[in-house]
Amino acid sequence: MATAVLPPQQRTNYLNAEHGVKSWLLTVDHKRIAILYMLSITFFFFIGGIYALLIRLELLTPAGDLVQADTYNRLFTGHGIVMVFFFLIPVVPAILGNFLVPLMIGAKDLAFPRINLLSWYLYVIAGALMLHVIITGGVDTGWTFYTPYSTAFASPKVIEAGLAAFINGFSSIFTGLNFIVTIHRMRAPGMTWSRLPLFIWAHYATSLVMVLGTPVIAITLVLLVLERVFHLGIFDPKLGGDPLLFQHLFWFYSHPAVYIMILPSMGIISELIACFSRKRIFGFNFVALSSVAIAVLGFLVWAHHMFVAGMSVYAALIFSFLTFFIGVPSAIKVFNWTATMYKGSVTYETPMLYAFGFLGLFTIGGLTGLFLATLGVDIHVTDTYFVVAHFHYVMVGGVVMAYLGGLHFWWPKITGRMYPESMGKLAALIGFVGFNLTFFPQFILGYVGMPRRYYQYPPEFQVLNVLSTAGATILGIGYLFPLVYLLWSLRYGEVAGDNPWNAAGLEWKTSSPPPTFNFDVDPVVDFEAYNYDELKEIPVER
Amino acid sequence: MSDSHAAVHSPDHHPELRHHFMTMEQQQNTASLGMWLFLVTEVMFFGGMFCAYLVYRLKYFNDFAAASQSIAVGWGAFNTAVLLVSSWTMAMAVRCAQLGKQKLLIVFLLFTMLFGSAFLGVKAKEYHDKFVEHHVPGADFSFTEKLLGHPDYVVNQYHAQMFFSIYFAMTGMHALHMVIGLGLMAYLVVATARGKFSTAYYTPVENIGLYWHFVDVVWIYLFPLLYLISRK
Repeated sequence: MATAVLPPQQRTNYLNAEHGVKSWLLTVDHKRIAILYMLSITFFFFIGGIYALLIRLELLTPAGDLVQADTYNRLFTGHGIVMVFFFLIPVVPAILGNFLVPLMIGAKDLAFPRINLLSWYLYVIAGALMLHVIITGGVDTGWTFYTPYSTAFASPKVIEAGLAAFINGFSSIFTGLNFIVTIHRMRAPGMTWSRLPLFIWAHYATSLVMVLGTPVIAITLVLLVLERVFHLGIFDPKLGGDPLLFQHLFWFYSHPAVYIMILPSMGIISELIACFSRKRIFGFNFVALSSVAIAVLGFLVWAHHMFVAGMSVYAALIFSFLTFFIGVPSAIKVFNWTATMYKGSVTYETPMLYAFGFLGLFTIGGLTGLFLATLGVDIHVTDTYFVVAHFHYVMVGGVVMAYLGGLHFWWPKITGRMYPESMGKLAALIGFVGFNLTFFPQFILGYVGMPRRYYQYPPEFQVLNVLSTAGATILGIGYLFPLVYLLWSLRYGEVAGDNPWNAAGLEWKTSSPPPTFNFDVDPVVDFEAYNYDELKEIPVER
Repeated sequence: MSDSHAAVHSPDHHPELRHHFMTMEQQQNTASLGMWLFLVTEVMFFGGMFCAYLVYRLKYFNDFAAASQSIAVGWGAFNTAVLLVSSWTMAMAVRCAQLGKQKLLIVFLLFTMLFGSAFLGVKAKEYHDKFVEHHVPGADFSFTEKLLGHPDYVVNQYHAQMFFSIYFAMTGMHALHMVIGLGLMAYLVVATARGKFSTAYYTPVENIGLYWHFVDVVWIYLFPLLYLISRK
């Protein structure tokens, strides 16, 4: 490795190996594709954020003064579709997973590099379609596209929005397929299943859900579009169809999709907590297999979205029980992460602060999920802000916190530069405060009866709504701030060494940024995952 | 793009070995696993429609039986036979690829395409008949046939139409998969003629073969569920 003596900037890495727009748009390098995803997903995150901002501004006052009811319906629909399909589902697997899965298992690339690029193009095509829908007026069905409203009454834009979600689904399927095959077939010599980092286990479980669940939403959306265009009647009660069938098929994917979002984030948290506690994850096997358990059980709880939609009492009882049961593997993770920190050498760098944020917010999000699994309570809070607060605690408090934590953690590996630590800590703090101020009042609002998806509300709800809007503003700053200093760090950030955190894991054993084929010498693995006890004595390179 | 990585490998590497694999065997196993997983997604994809079929067959049992009895079972049986033979020719094509018999490979691929096209031709005829009989869902739909053995039973138009909605959705999606399969085989014929495959590398033949067999298996379920199940 003669190149090792050169200063990092002059080494050939995946960023400077080739130049020009074409070298990016036709790349098959998983790391470059991850960057392409990062740019496009970040774009959609801010589109969805603008929707959120408009929603919160409208709800600042009880009267419908900023927008009218129809516009408001389009706002929350746009927010839902963009955030779910174009941000939350791909964000961790398509960016960090894409970048890290081959690095962590010691492979040169994903199994199917060209399919990986194809999946990005599908995402872009779907995103362009969705943007077109947004610009030409949007849809007002809610992100759930419930029939018969979507097929018989709503604007025909539903067809285009449905197609966008359909195409985006194939992007997701190809990513999942690529990960499963890669993890099975491309591991470096010595990288046994028991040595796989928990990030990989989490992505494996996620990919199972992507591969098994996404085709079902695909065919459901095809039937929806066919119904809309040819009036097939499969979901139309006027023609003998059953709208509940649509809801079952929709949630058969869309509930597991929640685990597509949260499982990779849990993988990130395992990496962060191990590194900043300088300890092997407590109960490694349990944390690994709990991911698989969540993926499997996640397919058996979908009807808890439909407790008030009309279902047999016995079916509701079973779905309620299974929903409680899926709390077990999630709790196993949280307990084991906490146990990992016990007597660890815990330090408080930015990624760890995000991990702490995740732990608290995910726990609240998860526990309120148990309220909703309880049939009686669910009837009381169905379609209220309690539900909105619950899933934002999991999706935003969980997924976004973990993503930002992971982004900061691997930023030196991705870019070769450190982000400014003090600003990172500040942003994590702002995000945490802003998040809680936004969504905690919504639990109370929902419990006392404010329904979701309404643009007006009685004046007595105003105080809590103002708090929520103020929180959303702070949260927005907490998201814009990292955008600014991370961009700044690309040029002015301190040059990171290969392993600035002195972290375990194969991805830290190659240079930062890594070369195009990831490792100068094909790696052989002769160590367990998270062997922090062996790394203790090595001083931090930085 | 594989050209730019050529320097990474020593010259004795197979030209079809892509940069991120160690051996041809690893590459072959990887592609094969990928194809099987893709077929799993296809099972789930068709599964949604099978689910809809099941729900409505149980809900509107008699109307579904009457509608099913009105379909020409002879043509369905003929198509089943055609598709089974095409699966055999496809299997032979894969065998020829394994043995390196390139000319015979092309012959078997062409036969598979011929049978596939015959299937689609018959399907088009069946669709045409449905159109003439007013069995296509829509404003012109009308179902006048009786349920066998129950001349007094009045068949619900909407429920019979539901059967045909599902019939067209399922067989239409199946036919679309066949068309894609024919396109893939046309690619195989051209690639074989250009000498792309050898005994060391014939992965696309094998994977497209798997795809073709899958499409065949879907039909093996569609035929009894749509044509046979309600006959005595």
